[in-house]
Amino acid sequence: MSATGIGASVKRKEDFRFLTGRGNYTDDINQPNQTYAYILRSPHAHAKIKGIDTAAAKSASGVVAVFTGEDMQVGSIPCGWGVNNKDGSPMNEPFHPALAQGKVRHVGDQVAVVIAETYSQAKDAAELIEVDYEELPAVTNSEKAIAPGAPLVHDDAAPNNMCYDWELGDEAEVDAEFKNAAHVVSIDLTNNRLVPNAMEPRAAIGDYNKGTGEYTLYTTSQNPHVIRLLMGAFVLQLPEHKLRVVAPDVGGGFGSKIYHYAEEAIVTWAAGKVRRPIKWTAERSESFLSDAHGRDHISHADLALDKDGKFLGLKVYTKANMGAYLSTFSTCVPTYLYATLLAGVYTTPKIYVNVKAIFTNTVPVDAYRGAGRPEATYLLERLVTKAAKQLGMDQVAIRQKNFIPADAFPYQTPVALQYDSGNYEATLKKAMELSKWDEFPQRKAEAAKRGKLRGIGISTYLEACGIAPSAVVGSLGARAGLFESANVRVHPTGSVSIYTGSHSHGQGHETTFAQLVSETLGIPLENINIEHGDTNRIAFGMGTYGSRSLAVGGEAIMKALGKVVDKASKIAAHLMEASVEDVEFKDGKFTVAGTDKEVDFGTVALTAYVPHNYPHETLEPGLEENAFYDPMNFTYPGGCHICEVEIDPDTGTTQIVGMTAVDDVGRVINPMIVEGQIHGGLAQGIGQALLESCEYDDSGQLTSGSYMDYCMPRADNLPNFMATTESTLCAHNSLGVKGCGEVGAIGSPPAVINAVLDALHELGVEDISMPATPQKIWQAIQAASMPAAAE
Amino acid sequence: MYEFSYHKPSSVADAAKAMGSADDPKILAGGQTLLPTMKQRLASPSDVVSLRGCRDLVGISSDGSTLTIGAMTTHAAVAASGDVQKAIPALAALAGNIGDAQVRNRGTIGGSLANNDPAADYPSAALALGATIVTTKRELSADNFFTGMFETALEEDEIITSIRFPVPQAAAYAKFDNPASRYALVGVFFAKTSDGPRVAVTGASQGGVFRAKDIEEQIAAGKTPDSSGIAENSLNADIHATAAYRKHLIGVMAKRAVAAAG
Ligand SMILES: Cc1cc2nc3c(=O)[nH]c(=O)nc-3n(C[C@H](O)[C@H](O)[C@H](O)COP(=O)(O)OP(=O)(O)OC[C@H]3O[C@@H](n4cnc5c(N)ncnc54)[C@H](O)[C@@H]3O)c2cc1C
Repeated sequence: MSATGIGASVKRKEDFRFLTGRGNYTDDINQPNQTYAYILRSPHAHAKIKGIDTAAAKSASGVVAVFTGEDMQVGSIPCGWGVNNKDGSPMNEPFHPALAQGKVRHVGDQVAVVIAETYSQAKDAAELIEVDYEELPAVTNSEKAIAPGAPLVHDDAAPNNMCYDWELGDEAEVDAEFKNAAHVVSIDLTNNRLVPNAMEPRAAIGDYNKGTGEYTLYTTSQNPHVIRLLMGAFVLQLPEHKLRVVAPDVGGGFGSKIYHYAEEAIVTWAAGKVRRPIKWTAERSESFLSDAHGRDHISHADLALDKDGKFLGLKVYTKANMGAYLSTFSTCVPTYLYATLLAGVYTTPKIYVNVKAIFTNTVPVDAYRGAGRPEATYLLERLVTKAAKQLGMDQVAIRQKNFIPADAFPYQTPVALQYDSGNYEATLKKAMELSKWDEFPQRKAEAAKRGKLRGIGISTYLEACGIAPSAVVGSLGARAGLFESANVRVHPTGSVSIYTGSHSHGQGHETTFAQLVSETLGIPLENINIEHGDTNRIAFGMGTYGSRSLAVGGEAIMKALGKVVDKASKIAAHLMEASVEDVEFKDGKFTVAGTDKEVDFGTVALTAYVPHNYPHETLEPGLEENAFYDPMNFTYPGGCHICEVEIDPDTGTTQIVGMTAVDDVGRVINPMIVEGQIHGGLAQGIGQALLESCEYDDSGQLTSGSYMDYCMPRADNLPNFMATTESTLCAHNSLGVKGCGEVGAIGSPPAVINAVLDALHELGVEDISMPATPQKIWQAIQAASMPAAAE
Repeated sequence: MYEFSYHKPSSVADAAKAMGSADDPKILAGGQTLLPTMKQRLASPSDVVSLRGCRDLVGISSDGSTLTIGAMTTHAAVAASGDVQKAIPALAALAGNIGDAQVRNRGTIGGSLANNDPAADYPSAALALGATIVTTKRELSADNFFTGMFETALEEDEIITSIRFPVPQAAAYAKFDNPASRYALVGVFFAKTSDGPRVAVTGASQGGVFRAKDIEEQIAAGKTPDSSGIAENSLNADIHATAAYRKHLIGVMAKRAVAAAG
């Protein structure tokens, strides 16, 4: 292993820039003659707009323009994935306006934009806009939204507030398994709605060049080419060659910056009208009201088991809250990223899943770190632990009994996916060792002496990432391919620039990708630059989400590097007067087998650009290659998370005293970065399990709309993590990599809740919902200790 | 934030003068509450009078029986003060646990008391310790100072200059954090004084900080304190805690405070 190649914990190249305040985020960018936009948002969850009077605002000091939905007649903000109903009919896909058209559907919906010389002037003027609202009753809960008589978010465009009523599997076939079952275990649970809270709020700058007719959008995006496609082709009808989208340094995304948002279209469109650059930056309270939220499922599930605890069949019924509009990937999250994961690591032969996607008067919901897989894992791992308790089995033994064995790969599940590799016994065993699982009873007894309730919880999870094979997702309704592109440009003196369609917003691509290059070309990291985030500089890109950057973007780089090595070998063969078949390339040097001939990579690069002595008949000068890579399959990370908690029964407070994560992420390029990704994922998983609660009141106001009320995990909420990897290699990509960005957030929530319930078991508490706050735990203890007669 | 005129006097006398001559002025201390409120456009003073130049408002002194803290003394300074740690260690600990390091380096004791946030920590200490709040116009006992949630006996242009704490025989503060904001969901300050036990509760009540006389009597009678005597319908209920949970926590925190005071 070289010091900077695959497997080395190289310090992140990008961190000097970030830690010394030299990052270049969207809000750091300023254009000459720039104006500022303030977006006036709906204070109501549901209302008709009877009229908007902008006269006073237009004449206010510093105001350049004011636009409403009446002015901005453009295309619908598109949804990227069509899902069909059970009967084959397409989903309801109501119009999604950039600026409200006659109606507002959630608190925070965009009503008007004020453009002024300064941000304060724009905000002052917005107070002068008079909107005549006729308030309507609102609905925020998905179950209530499909009850008869519920307010209709989209009126006739979505009867019963239904987006789709979708299924996977054959319900009758699964029912037949239930007839043979010795046991049926059922569970009802909610996967709580979360607010993503990237550190950098969203921002966008629109610019229009009258001379060339070109538009530029700087935006906080995880995928600038996708934004160019969605906004250009669907909303504003701008062709690619007249629209440049730049996503510079981006301070965290977690999914929330995948989507095309109204504000991007507004500043771009308006820049064309006012012929000046326009900057918009969200305030934190706007982020709460306009960044796509995550999760929000209500589910019921039944598991059929034989007398020995072997799973026979699983039925899952889920209501997924879509919010008020369909965000870009919202529709695939509770279907193809959720239902297809419900086999988990188990051999369950028959599975049926029904998902109803439902509109409500809330912020749109879309993918958030894990996207569908945390929801599936939480359901499955709570259910399996409950089954163990109900059958009187050991919670580890019931899992082992149902594991897909390590020699069964490739393994076809009943829910469409074919797993290529894995070893669930291995990750389980290692996690149990590291967490000293067997000594837990002693620790519990010791805690009891201190008046604490100690519990241990486990989750053996699987996820599908590295999205995705285009042909597969296309057949499932995706309106795009999910390949990636890369360009390797070798400069004359041997330094290298990589242009990747992946986008780094905290993941460390500038280091990990450079390690691939260093390993392949044998050159030092300082000679390598990773470029991303600009549609004018990068050929194409589908961006970063679904833990796809290395497994798809990295593979594209490897493919392009392979082409570079091929061509360089030919040049080297010419220089060494050898046949190309005899040329070997290792550690940056070309050699000829059986001779002492040798030429280094730098010399070859120089030769390519100063081709005085060059095989012109057969080769073009220059050394630069492109590649597109479309994966053969998803990748399937999995593993085991074990959580240990202590609960103070006097207050209901939970302290996590141990968190062990053993993850199979495939080959590890940079162990330090992988560990960091897992730490971050665990923090978010623990946040979901214990702390984060997105609350709406009945009128549709977000009551947890600031950090005073929305609890983000902080360092002292977290234990010292014991995080390590125990990998099998991905069988269908050259690097053997799987993905590590989301596993922490996917595997941990059920481990935490199972631990909490284990601690409370002796008091008779059977269920708790996320987040398991001190109050909820205290209430559960109270309820369980109440004499039955009093209930 | 709306526009305003900014003043930075260098003495409390000049500050009082600036307050008197402005239309709708506000004092700016650490700004940890006032500035966020102004940024959210919930406050729009015509004039902001900063006390940061008033060196006469900063400082801590102790004569053994009384601890005096200048209004502009930051939470960080109180937490780190040897005088406070010696005279009333519970007060130093309380200050050291307010917010985060940035907040403690800006926020002031005067600002906290003047603001009387129903979930703030200092008001419970002032009330339980029987502090005297010294202003540009008079001296007020803590019992008469706090008049309701975000309400005090201060007049519009009255400035707190210092706070005098009689040194108790023992004291302790037990706080149950609101998990999100880390203000007090319930905080109980217990002081053993020569006049008997004093217990003040913050975070819990609709009326702001209050003295739990019932619990004081239990302690005086040598009983383990509990919250059975507190009327649930006087307590706050919000997305973080029901009134019943708050009532329960008052009992738990009172017990812990008494135990910690030793
Ligand atoms: C993130 C965060 C977390 C926090 N956590 C906690 C916590 O856990 N516990 C807690 O108790 N507090 C907490 N606070 C509040 C903080 O501790 C400050 O004490 C509080 O904001 C007020 O003090 P200040 O000096 O900042 O006052 P300012 O914000 O400047 O002023 C507050 C009010 O008091 C008035 N005022 C200020 N000084 C005087 C004076 N000398 N005389 C008369 N009127 C005056 C002002 O006009 C204003 O109305 C937190 C604040 C933040 C931002």
